[in-house]
Amino acid sequence: MSDFENDYRHAKSGQSGPGVVDYLDLDTKDQTYLDANELVLNMGPQHPSTHGVLRVILKLDGEKVLGTECIIGYLHRGVEKIAENRTYAMFNPYVDRMDYVAAVSNGLGYCEAVEKLLNTEAPPRAQYIRVILTELCRIASHQVWLGTHALDIGALTPLFYCFRDREEILRIFEKYCGARLTTHAFRIGGCIYETYDGFEQDCLKFCDAFLPKLDEYEELLTTNRIWVRRTKGVGILKPEDCIALGVTGPVLRAAGVKWDLRKAQPYECYSKFDFEVPTGLNGDTYDRYLVRIEEMRQSVRIIRQAVDGLPQGPIMAKIPKVLKPPVGEVYTSIEAPKGELGYFIVSDGSLQPYRLRVRPPSFVNLQALDKMVRGLLVADVVAVIGTLDIVLGEVDR
Amino acid sequence: MATEQKGMAVPEDNKEENSVLPEPKPPEGTTAASASGEGAKEKPSVPDSETKPATPVAKPETPAPATGDKPAAAPAAAKPAAPAAKPAPPKPEGPKPEPWQSELVYKLKAQYGSGIKEASTYVGQKYLVVDSSIAYEILLRMRDDELYDYCVDITAVHYPKREAQFDVVYILYSFHHNERVRVKTQIKDGETLRSAVAIWPTSNWLEREVYDMFGIGFEGHPELKRILLPEDWKGHPLRKEYPILCQDQQWVKNNLGIESGQ
Repeated sequence: MSDFENDYRHAKSGQSGPGVVDYLDLDTKDQTYLDANELVLNMGPQHPSTHGVLRVILKLDGEKVLGTECIIGYLHRGVEKIAENRTYAMFNPYVDRMDYVAAVSNGLGYCEAVEKLLNTEAPPRAQYIRVILTELCRIASHQVWLGTHALDIGALTPLFYCFRDREEILRIFEKYCGARLTTHAFRIGGCIYETYDGFEQDCLKFCDAFLPKLDEYEELLTTNRIWVRRTKGVGILKPEDCIALGVTGPVLRAAGVKWDLRKAQPYECYSKFDFEVPTGLNGDTYDRYLVRIEEMRQSVRIIRQAVDGLPQGPIMAKIPKVLKPPVGEVYTSIEAPKGELGYFIVSDGSLQPYRLRVRPPSFVNLQALDKMVRGLLVADVVAVIGTLDIVLGEVDR
Repeated sequence: MATEQKGMAVPEDNKEENSVLPEPKPPEGTTAASASGEGAKEKPSVPDSETKPATPVAKPETPAPATGDKPAAAPAAAKPAAPAAKPAPPKPEGPKPEPWQSELVYKLKAQYGSGIKEASTYVGQKYLVVDSSIAYEILLRMRDDELYDYCVDITAVHYPKREAQFDVVYILYSFHHNERVRVKTQIKDGETLRSAVAIWPTSNWLEREVYDMFGIGFEGHPELKRILLPEDWKGHPLRKEYPILCQDQQWVKNNLGIESGQ
């Protein structure tokens, strides 16, 4: 790494090391270059690298970012209002439309929350099926992230590799429940579909085939000099900043905080599986990349264990046909691919939720953008948006 | 666009029927007939759900979106619920909030007395209800002394019939205790709370969303403005008096150049 030590980028991000100049300091105290006016640049909402309809207003000095403002809400559909006007079961498919690249995770979080409200639990077999599908979904979500993130930075091939391999997962989803993206795979109280013949084999086959492919991704990127220079030291977020900003998921873990809800407060049957929570050291874009890659490996481990231990039995808990949860309020959350996804539901004992609040990981994580890009270049904003792994459907709800 | 709106409009009808029907009690005869019909329909599908086949079990869900079934499906769903509600009151051994006893609660109660209105657990989840005047102090204390260093979420609930119309809910998590606590406070319409941005920077957007959706003000917020809706939009959608199909027609006209977005 020593050849990066004196790299301009390292100097810019304020890391210590020989020959490092504090870039921000240099700018504010000593106006060495053109006394240009502050430039306001509008990025988005129709910009390919904003991963949807996100508009970022950049305040620039030359090419250096002084500050940002995010304009969001272009995809606001009023999901929380809709929930108040639907029965608990009717709202279930709507949650798939929030984080549409990880629909299965959204559904799991919602079912968990309503089950908590009903004071019930899915039967063991349903829990295992849920875990298998959710981990497959985590891999699929990370593949979309890796493909698009690498594309933003200029590497075209990973996109094709990721989407090619993601197809296998979507095929399993399709065989299981008939849908590829907005799956509506789970129901309140368990699963509605029994696994199809050959489900276990398909999952194991995917696991076996996927690990070498993951190595292939890494071969393309991990030691690629362009990739490393574009990501190392870019968008550093320290652990204390992560916590203050409420940032969760791989972004938090890359900063070195070993916190994963699957371990911290295990839901479903995650406590039965043996897996590691990968963490990073520097909290930069490169570490977030490594953390997510490793998470995919751990997901494969979980899937293998879950398929091996898949118990027999019912897949649906005994819950009433007409769901009328008792009066009360609960907050439950799961570790979605992007971070902590929580549902806060207030029940007044009627057929519909009195209030349903979604705590979206993307929305909260996106707030850290401003902190991460200050002092970087415009091109780095693209890298940082990619590394945050936001889905605008979930940001705007 | 058009199909989407149609899709929204259709379940609305259903919803109205749903909410209207339980109130006027239908004549005895029809209730019995449709209730027995419903019972007969239900029974065969119960064992199904325990075995597996996908198609028959999916049925209870499908009637809702299908337009033709709606008038039939809505009363069917509403009626068995109504008789069920009668035996319900004795039945719910459903969870009740239990008093939450811990050192933290004793300490807070000793210091703030009646400012802590309630400290309970519900299905194992802890929450505090505090007076709005000391809410900021409690939050600061929760972070600094009790190590609840991560503010998970800030949201609100609207109860139009109550005098203090809004519950503002802070969901806090402690990495140290691996534990969540909800701090709730109640405020009247038009009252403001002190902004928690100084405690947790993450409150910035969360409070903006609460302001956008409920119209609750936060004093000392660095830039309290709408976040999801356009800046000049009128109304706060998550208030209960805001109907689901309501739009700021004037805004739609001015900005989109069309008569109506619906």
